[in-house]
Amino acid sequence: MIQRPSPIALALAALVAAFLLAPLLAVIPISLTPARFLTMPNGELSLIHYRELIDNPDWARSILLSLRIGLVSSVIATALALAFALGVWMFQPPFAALLVGFVMLPMIVPPVVSAMILYFFLTSLSQVSEAVGYDTWLGVTLAHVVMIVPCATLLILVALAQVDRRIDLAARGLGASPLQRVVTIILPNIRFGVLTAALMAFILSWEEIGVTLFVTSVNAITLPRLIWMGVHDNIDPAIAAISVVLIVITTLALVGRMLVQRDEPA
Amino acid sequence: MTTQRLAAATTPSSLTGEGSSQAAGLVSDGRAEPGGRMTGRGASKWVGLCFIAPLIAFLALVYVIPLAGVAEWSVTLPKPGVGQYERLASDPLVLSVFLRTFRICAIVTATSVAAAYAIAYVWVRGTRMQRRLTELCILIPFLISILTRAFGWLALLSNRGLVNSWLQASGLIDSPLQLTYNEFSVILGMTHVLIPFAAFPLASAMRAVDERVLLAARGLGASRLRIFWSVFLPMTASGVIGAALIVFVFTLGFFVTPAILGGGRSIMAAELVYLRMFQSPDWGLGAAVSVTLVVIVGLLMAALFRLARPALLGGAR
Repeated sequence: MIQRPSPIALALAALVAAFLLAPLLAVIPISLTPARFLTMPNGELSLIHYRELIDNPDWARSILLSLRIGLVSSVIATALALAFALGVWMFQPPFAALLVGFVMLPMIVPPVVSAMILYFFLTSLSQVSEAVGYDTWLGVTLAHVVMIVPCATLLILVALAQVDRRIDLAARGLGASPLQRVVTIILPNIRFGVLTAALMAFILSWEEIGVTLFVTSVNAITLPRLIWMGVHDNIDPAIAAISVVLIVITTLALVGRMLVQRDEPA
Repeated sequence: MTTQRLAAATTPSSLTGEGSSQAAGLVSDGRAEPGGRMTGRGASKWVGLCFIAPLIAFLALVYVIPLAGVAEWSVTLPKPGVGQYERLASDPLVLSVFLRTFRICAIVTATSVAAAYAIAYVWVRGTRMQRRLTELCILIPFLISILTRAFGWLALLSNRGLVNSWLQASGLIDSPLQLTYNEFSVILGMTHVLIPFAAFPLASAMRAVDERVLLAARGLGASRLRIFWSVFLPMTASGVIGAALIVFVFTLGFFVTPAILGGGRSIMAAELVYLRMFQSPDWGLGAAVSVTLVVIVGLLMAALFRLARPALLGGAR
């Protein structure tokens, strides 16, 4: 049986947990200030900054744009990642580790360098086509696919690693074509992994800022880009309001997931 | 379930380990089954290519070819030659940025790995309730945008923020302390971002520890501290090395958190690229710094695979 953590270990972990949660909790009182600048509310509480999120159409516009980019880029990235991972798993090409390493490049290369690379790519593309280049929603979508595809590939590869290869061998022995093997044997076994990959890909695109900052200027203002302008250029308490909304959604989703999932034995 | 996947996802080395050990097992399967491997039958080779090629082609076109373009900028802007790299090695401003980057990265690596070790320990070995609570404390920040989190630090530490308001209200200080826009706030903010990234590989290393070894140590009369210090910690050392390398590599390329919390005063290498691209254009220097960062990260990753991978693989057994 496991010897549970000592009180000292628990105290240290609690300190770290407090450190992790403190900045998330700190935005709540700030979001309720009646002032127009970042300050603690002084007695009086106000919801004007939440009101601002509804009244100012910029917020709704950037949220819709981020949703659209997130959905399209996560679907494309998951499809590319799924095909690649299936290919590696089913056909075991030579140099498989090298191929996987190649796909992981955008995750390993420093984000600022990826941003520079995609800036170079999209500004070059702008000279060919105005619709998919720099500062367009399609251009941002392309850039996001590059940034989220490594994570989607990894999650699907991990899901595939847990599949018993003998069922696929049996299907192949019985004469199933590669497509039949994928549709009837492999996909049902990894569907949760694929869903997780798509969800993670969406979240990564939804909150992507490093690359987005480089490849947009005035037209394709995603939600993180709008938040960046509010934090970096002038500190606007409306940012606190939108932060509280995002934190509440994330927390509810995680707590909900925890309540429905079974706990692993230990 | 998701968390275990995330754990694997954030540990490139552990995944490659898994992949390669599995691949090793599969080679024998392939031999038992004639024509099983891609190199076998011609038709299956082409089908396999159809699965793999789209992503490889996409990344080659959108990512690798433009990378060559950025490398070209570094030796052609503003004029052909290696002038930008000479500047990197001699310009005191650029050198001081790189020195500060390494210093901050080293401090952040140490603080976030130590903090992550403490919370991962309870995440892996705590009671059911403790495990769930720590999991929430790790995953909630992990899934929230780094922008929101940097803003949270501003809300906490700025002149009219929570900490200064409390200190002033309680009469401990007269004028607000300058807690933001300096190296201190950059280190706090980056540590906050990187603790979850360090916690995942540490937790998988801790899960791999054989409980019977700890029981044996207990049976032989070792104290709790002794068991931790001479048994548990050495058995998870490979996870610590892996986590430290991952965190260090991640911190090198960070620029959003330092840009917000440093307020332009303690500039790091990645932020220098951003500034040279968009504020005082000097694309050649920006590209040269980018290429240098890629080389440094490449060397560190090579070290990770040469040094830590056998240990990580061995540690899991």
